[in-house]
Amino acid sequence: MPRLLRRVATRLLGSIPVLVIVVVGVFLLLNSAGGDAVDAYLLSIGGGDAQQAEELRIRFGLDQSVTARLALTLAQLARGDLGYSVALNRPIGAVIAERLPNTLWLMGSATALSFALGSALGVLAGRRPGSAADRLLSAGSLFLYSIPNFWLGLVLSVVFAVRLRWLPVSGIETIASGKTGLARAADIAQHLVLPVSALGMIYLALFLRVMRAGMVEAWGQDYTLAARARGVAPWRITLNHAARNALLPLVTMLGLQAASMLGGSVVIESVFGIPGFGRLAQEAVAGRDGPLLMGVILVSALMVVAANLLVDLAYGALDPRVGGPR
Amino acid sequence: MIRELLRRPEALLGGLLLLLIAGAALLAPVLSPGDPLAIAGRPLVRPFTDPAFPLGTDGLGRDLLAGVIHGVRTSAAIGLAAALVAVLAGMLVGTAAGFAGGLVDEALMRVVDAFQIVPGFLLALAFVSVTGPSLAVVAIAIALGAWTGPARLSRSRVLALREADFVAAARVMGMHPAEIALRQVMPLALPPVLAVTAVIVAGAILTESALSFLGLGDPNAVTWGGMIAEGRNQLRSAAYLSIIPGIALVLTVISIYLVGEALTDVLAGKRQS
Amino acid sequence: MTSLATCDRLTVRYPGAARPALADLTLALHAGEKLAVVGESGSGKSTLARALAGLLPVGTALSGAIRWSGPPPRPGRDIGTVFQDPGASLDPLLTVGAHLVEGLRAPLPLGRAEARARAAALLARVHIPDPERALAAWPHQFSGGQAQRIAIALAIAAGPHLLVADEATSALDVLVQAEIVALLRELCRDAGMTLLFITHDIALAGTLADRVAVLHDARLVEIGPAARLLAAPREPYTRALLAAQLDLASPRLVGTRP
Repeated sequence: MPRLLRRVATRLLGSIPVLVIVVVGVFLLLNSAGGDAVDAYLLSIGGGDAQQAEELRIRFGLDQSVTARLALTLAQLARGDLGYSVALNRPIGAVIAERLPNTLWLMGSATALSFALGSALGVLAGRRPGSAADRLLSAGSLFLYSIPNFWLGLVLSVVFAVRLRWLPVSGIETIASGKTGLARAADIAQHLVLPVSALGMIYLALFLRVMRAGMVEAWGQDYTLAARARGVAPWRITLNHAARNALLPLVTMLGLQAASMLGGSVVIESVFGIPGFGRLAQEAVAGRDGPLLMGVILVSALMVVAANLLVDLAYGALDPRVGGPR
Repeated sequence: MIRELLRRPEALLGGLLLLLIAGAALLAPVLSPGDPLAIAGRPLVRPFTDPAFPLGTDGLGRDLLAGVIHGVRTSAAIGLAAALVAVLAGMLVGTAAGFAGGLVDEALMRVVDAFQIVPGFLLALAFVSVTGPSLAVVAIAIALGAWTGPARLSRSRVLALREADFVAAARVMGMHPAEIALRQVMPLALPPVLAVTAVIVAGAILTESALSFLGLGDPNAVTWGGMIAEGRNQLRSAAYLSIIPGIALVLTVISIYLVGEALTDVLAGKRQS
Repeated sequence: MTSLATCDRLTVRYPGAARPALADLTLALHAGEKLAVVGESGSGKSTLARALAGLLPVGTALSGAIRWSGPPPRPGRDIGTVFQDPGASLDPLLTVGAHLVEGLRAPLPLGRAEARARAAALLARVHIPDPERALAAWPHQFSGGQAQRIAIALAIAAGPHLLVADEATSALDVLVQAEIVALLRELCRDAGMTLLFITHDIALAGTLADRVAVLHDARLVEIGPAARLLAAPREPYTRALLAAQLDLASPRLVGTRP
């Protein structure tokens, strides 16, 4: 176990310089903008005089030099303080903590769905490469892979929410329904069906393709031939040897897609009106709220680092050749 | 090679679609003269009901077909420009990192890491919001999230080539390291990068549509994402307004994937035999 | 001498291949013998092994016939196969024990515990030290020679009467090669197994086999008792093969004929 802990610690320490690059890069980008949050804020409340603007700038430290503010920002973030949002007039950490669960539910469900279905269908396609099932699934996955998620979300909501009225159109739960416990969970699950499908479909297609490619690779390896030579049943070779080995590249892919899925949830949350972390990014852009945008980007980067760490640990547990916890 | 491509039905289908789309992009001013954003007739003409507007009109009476035809220009221009910037930037950084090695490599790769742990779409969102939406800005914004793939691919290729005899010979001849890297080594790192270019173009088109959908596209250009967003307000009464540009988007992306996949397969087969 | 299997004008063509991998081959495999099949790569010797073991890929065109003395054999139960690269023929994600349990239970009606007990005995039979511990280990933790022993244990798990060794010693260094050859000889002697030994090494074939068959360009060039074939080859190609090998031959490291 200490070995495992050490590996986690090394990985996290190694990601610190990368996170610093992220912060500095985003800071410089945001500071190259003309106009700041104070301008946007004053505009949004119907204007204000120069003195008011000056006061606000001093209050939020916007009157200091770029390097001084960068140093301040880095020090503040290192303390775990994400700062204060001018646009929302609240501490950024609190806003993010409030929005994050919705996005985590959305992404977690989409990942689970696409991983489970994608790998299962990938096994089906890769069981016999070139078969009718394979051609159908491969063509279908390419088609799914070409559909923009926000459009798929709109089409799904036209069909299932507007026309058939089976599922709610938007939101994360029925407002002021007074539901608690299981009833509330069911309500949220119902609201998540369409956004999760819209977000997860492209990854389902991707995972199907990766799994299939892994199976094709495995069929070319001696160990599947050797298993045939031992008289092992075909279904057993498929599941116990080919699929098991094909799962490894899929797990790697899972980590690589974490960032892309976070980006996708920005659009999906906007389509389905889910008050999540992704929508917060859009609100920060609309409100020209640099610190908020910085907070959103930094927390996303942290989530991606965490996802990759989890994938790394899972890989170590799956592949005995990697120094796992054994 | 072309004959081999023609033998694959899916490549043929993708190729024909792509030709059609490219034709529409090039001939847009002829096929649909005038401003696609101008009001052309009655509002909300349903598709396939009026021969003057085969795909119907939107809530303001703008021709949907004109929008779709002009939209392909935006998608194609941004898709290609973003891919070009991403491939060029990625190859330059990857080659520099691989060829220089040591601290330079270490530093550049940490920058690549930094770009990879930030969701590309968030980065694009931030960049466009800071710089203001124009076609060039959107293309660069998309490239920001797409150049790391080419960078990693070309770096690993350059690492393998760095100790090759011809590099040593060029050094002995007194060529400047930068010249060796750019003129002798980088071109050899191109094939693996080209193999993923179709995916980058298709991804860029999808990202552009998502940005325009959120209102961060160039407001002076017709974009499919923008059309989908406008149609969204009439989703209950006139869903076709959003559905038609979406279909155009799907067809474009799928044709690029089909052709790209067939090309990669054929090139890989060539290398094997 | 009864024959175990007879290939009668056997021709094999892989899907998409222009030329057959094996053409018009007639050859008898005697029960209990050790037959070595020698040839360069692409001569069709591995195709012969796979055709006999029933391991040709789907879509392979086969003409002529393979006649077996008994009912058609089942891979695993009646025929065991050992491949060239022990590292690649073992699944990297399964323990040695899992391989053996799976290999034992596929052809035999065994419970898990029973299979487990037999697995340890099998490892002992191929001289793997500390079989109990080896059962829990992963393939990558063994050297090439040890891994090949494990692969052999897997091949003989169900007590087949024919063992096919497809270049089973080619990936190993000379000393380990000699050990594996000795093991194959011992196993065949003890169990009365027939051995089909595929190799490109005609000298090695001569030291191990009772008879040697030489394949060239998908065709059978010559077949005969090992001693005679090596001492007095009839065909020019066999002579050329021997000459090429002797040029390379250093002092013999592989054991002499018993």
